[in-house]
Amino acid sequence: MRHSTSMPHDHHDHDHDHAHALLPPDPALRVRALETILTEKGLIDPAALDAIIDTYAHKVGPQEGARVVARAWADPDFRTALLNNADAVLDGMGLTGRQGEHVVVVENTPQRHNMVVCTLCSCYPWTLLGIPPAWYKSDAYRARAVREPRAVLAEFGLTLPAEQAVRVWDSTAEVRYLILPMRPEGTEGWSAEQLLPLVTRDSMVGTGLPLSARDA
Amino acid sequence: MTIPIPSRQDSPRFDAPWHAQVFALTVALSDKGAFTWPEWTEHFGAELARRGAERPQDGSDDYYNAWLATLESLAAARDLATSEAVEHMKVRWEKAYLSTPHGAPVKLAQG
Repeated sequence: MRHSTSMPHDHHDHDHDHAHALLPPDPALRVRALETILTEKGLIDPAALDAIIDTYAHKVGPQEGARVVARAWADPDFRTALLNNADAVLDGMGLTGRQGEHVVVVENTPQRHNMVVCTLCSCYPWTLLGIPPAWYKSDAYRARAVREPRAVLAEFGLTLPAEQAVRVWDSTAEVRYLILPMRPEGTEGWSAEQLLPLVTRDSMVGTGLPLSARDA
Repeated sequence: MTIPIPSRQDSPRFDAPWHAQVFALTVALSDKGAFTWPEWTEHFGAELARRGAERPQDGSDDYYNAWLATLESLAAARDLATSEAVEHMKVRWEKAYLSTPHGAPVKLAQG
């Protein structure tokens, strides 16, 4: 019989648990099971899965959208083209949407602030902004953005002048929105490269503003 | 009373490896034509609405649980993977984890 110096209630479950590989949580095992079945049927290619994960976990992010916004601030012709037909402009920059969706760019003005939501699920311009943050996917944001946009913006620390209207754009699988924020004051003559760090993710969703010239 | 918006802190793009896995699996299946993205969002939106009616969803783990449930039901409905097959394969993976020494790569036994 094995001798033990432990107290009677000092169970050694952990020694046992760690003798084998750590069991992933139930949903992780179900995903694994689905993946195995679909791979065995030849319906998916594990290499394609890895490439998708790598792209969205590490590569694509708000920096793509920021590049578009900074260039629109610096280049009036580009800005006009972007507002008139974003799909064509983005195609030219290699930023075509993965699922063939349309992107519409809407600009903020002193008269109107714009913000984006997806009340159905979480449609978002992945190619420009990456994977949406948890708050964008939450019921609270999805339900409240349309009903009480100013209250929601206030929770994001953004209080707009009363005379500036707020327009909320509801994304779909087919149409996704990118907000073109107002160019920060005091940046006259700045190049797109200089403007780039001022563009925040939230400013492109409409729940924030770009950084100011002082923050550059 | 209104529900507060969850933390605005920037978190990792995926909070758990399986979130990324189930996301990629869905995108890959759609790429292969198993369903269109509008079809996906329609089913996913319905699942989110059903769950949200029971309890407000915070957009993290519960969001991907809803995502997985949608993918499982779509896969079953389109004869890509029945729920029995998924359950059976899940048990095989469970066994594989429990019989693999800690630190060694986990492989599925033939069966």
